[in-house]
Amino acid sequence: MALINSFPEMVLTTKADQFLNWTRKSSVWWMLFGLACCAIELMQTQGPRADVDRFGAAPRASPRQSDLMVVAGTLTLKMALRTKVLYEQMPEPRYAIAMGACASCGGLFQLAYSVCDGVDKVIPVDVYVPGCPPRPEALTEGILKLQEKMMAEKWLVRQSAAAAASA
Amino acid sequence: MSLAGFEVEVEQVGRNGLETEEMTLNMGPQHPSTHGVLRFVVKADGEVMREAIPDVGYLHRSIEKIAEKVGYHGFMPYTDRVDYVAAMFCNQGWAMVCEKLAGIEVPKRGEYCRVIAAEFNRIASHLLSIGTMVLDIGAITPFFHAFREREKINDLLEELCGARLTYNYMRIGGVAWDLPPGFVEKASAFLDRFEPLIDEYNDLISLNKIYVGRCANVAVISAEDAINYNLVGPNLRASGVRYDVRRDEPYSVYPEIEFDVPVGTGEIGCVGDSFARYWVRIQEIRESIKILRQCFKQMPDGPVIAKVPRKFKPPAGDAYVRVESARGDMGWYAVSDGTEYPYRCKVRTGSFAAMSIIDKVSRGLMLADLVTVIASLDIVAPEVDR
Amino acid sequence: MDAATLFERLRAQFGERVGEANLAAKDPWIIVEPAAIHEVCRYLRDDPELCFDALSNLSGVDYKDHGYIEVVYHLYSYAHRHYAVLKVRTPRENPSVASVESVWKAANWLEREIYDLLGVTFTGHPDLRRLLMPEDWIGHPLRKDFVEPDEYHGISTRRESLLR
Repeated sequence: MALINSFPEMVLTTKADQFLNWTRKSSVWWMLFGLACCAIELMQTQGPRADVDRFGAAPRASPRQSDLMVVAGTLTLKMALRTKVLYEQMPEPRYAIAMGACASCGGLFQLAYSVCDGVDKVIPVDVYVPGCPPRPEALTEGILKLQEKMMAEKWLVRQSAAAAASA
Repeated sequence: MSLAGFEVEVEQVGRNGLETEEMTLNMGPQHPSTHGVLRFVVKADGEVMREAIPDVGYLHRSIEKIAEKVGYHGFMPYTDRVDYVAAMFCNQGWAMVCEKLAGIEVPKRGEYCRVIAAEFNRIASHLLSIGTMVLDIGAITPFFHAFREREKINDLLEELCGARLTYNYMRIGGVAWDLPPGFVEKASAFLDRFEPLIDEYNDLISLNKIYVGRCANVAVISAEDAINYNLVGPNLRASGVRYDVRRDEPYSVYPEIEFDVPVGTGEIGCVGDSFARYWVRIQEIRESIKILRQCFKQMPDGPVIAKVPRKFKPPAGDAYVRVESARGDMGWYAVSDGTEYPYRCKVRTGSFAAMSIIDKVSRGLMLADLVTVIASLDIVAPEVDR
Repeated sequence: MDAATLFERLRAQFGERVGEANLAAKDPWIIVEPAAIHEVCRYLRDDPELCFDALSNLSGVDYKDHGYIEVVYHLYSYAHRHYAVLKVRTPRENPSVASVESVWKAANWLEREIYDLLGVTFTGHPDLRRLLMPEDWIGHPLRKDFVEPDEYHGISTRRESLLR
């Protein structure tokens, strides 16, 4: 490793929020919430080629141990109620990615009687990843965009009242 | 290691002066090992299950009703979503039922393209099925081996039709595009590299003592039960019934291709147990490789799609076709009333029946065995719910 | 065994309870009365020459203009490798068909699905309740006159028109 035994004695300075956000974005643990076809692409994203684990993202089975909920697949009305319950079980700060067309807007199932058009009718969504199903590279870009969003958040620094209210 | 001597009686309440209570546990719909959104309400006495009542419908996307709104041609992408793991077979089933209604004949090269696409998809589906089965049982490494090969097949099929998962490759009357140049060479090279890897996979997990101990003699389904509950495909063949729609009710160009139909033999465990269902799938991968090699040699030249009008209006009537999908005999029933929109479309899938037999088969098993049963029956939620 | 022979045998055994047949269709079918379907299916399964040991498919079709719901049975025999199609017609107002669950266990879930989506009651079914839709859903979605509700538990089902 080239870094060993190379730095002079020094002090690294950064902003407190950036340091916290850097630690948080580097280990986004997502909940296994694969509902339909996008779940297979989610598994492929976790798989050997498009390995999302190199960004620190690991799958967790339980919502109580995860930061991110990747809604992968069509949300039916029967499932929508459970989705809300699961989202509320996640500890804050929590994020949600709507993966695929079905989770974003209903996809090609908007003509169906039993499908909820988009998961944003029940939970707040941070990133929408289009595709049917999105390629693993597309989902990886979605997670990277989420990481950018996480880096821009403010926690410790005093914000103006308006900015804090809208957060 | 057999499970003889481990039979537990379910009625244990009050034995030896020990008061026990029955627990009602909820498994799902969000659960890493339910192969999609399936829910089980499990009544367990300690670790032993008394009942495992399935609750389905969490992925009911009303695909059959949508058929009545989008028309025959427009329904093809929806058929992919009926079973997204083995989407080519669903495409083929819908195309076949429309062709039967209208009396259209598919050109020979089109049929060969269909079989090539379908058999590649069968290999990919079985790889996913056995990969997730071993993952559910607890071995994480073989999952990545299976997915590595699946990625290569995805690349080949992406070159063929543009999509990695929900292909929409087949059309009524044939297929959408011919094989691209260089496809046969790449596919043959892949098969040459892949065939010995099955033995590597067997060394890794199939004959592993712990894996055999988890799967052998678990959830034995007899042949009579399998037929009565309408189990199909590898589940039926593992119970000893040597039946395959490709060979016994042949369609497409399967009569011109030679292949065997593997059945469960009971060498390890017994006939009809979870290990037999797993082993039949491994054997079927080998048979698919044989079929593919023959197809590459025998393919004639010619058009790949018949002339089908854009406003497809088959004569009024109904038709039923069966396709041997990766999960078994998939039945497609379509009713036409003479207009461009189907009057009714019904799919009967292999996982539907497999889901209904779980309650019967899991009484007296342990909770961990429920996971083995679901995985070995190769259930995917969209096939159950459509 | 072809459909004509099967039709003759059923007519000989059950008389008028087996109705007309369309033997010229692509899949020749035979009409059976709703109350008699259980006996007919048991006979078809148990007779050694017929031996229809598998219920391959069970579908319901809503013929709104004709006023009936048709339940279509596709039977298959693994022993003799032949198949048969039976159709049962029941009026739309109060559709009721004898259940064949005790003949083939496969019919358990297939009949529950038809009850859920079309509203056909299967008499003699041990556990007839909704399968795919939520328990508190109102209406039978596959009927031709089904109207989608505006919302379900607070989630709106209205959407912009897709037709432009």
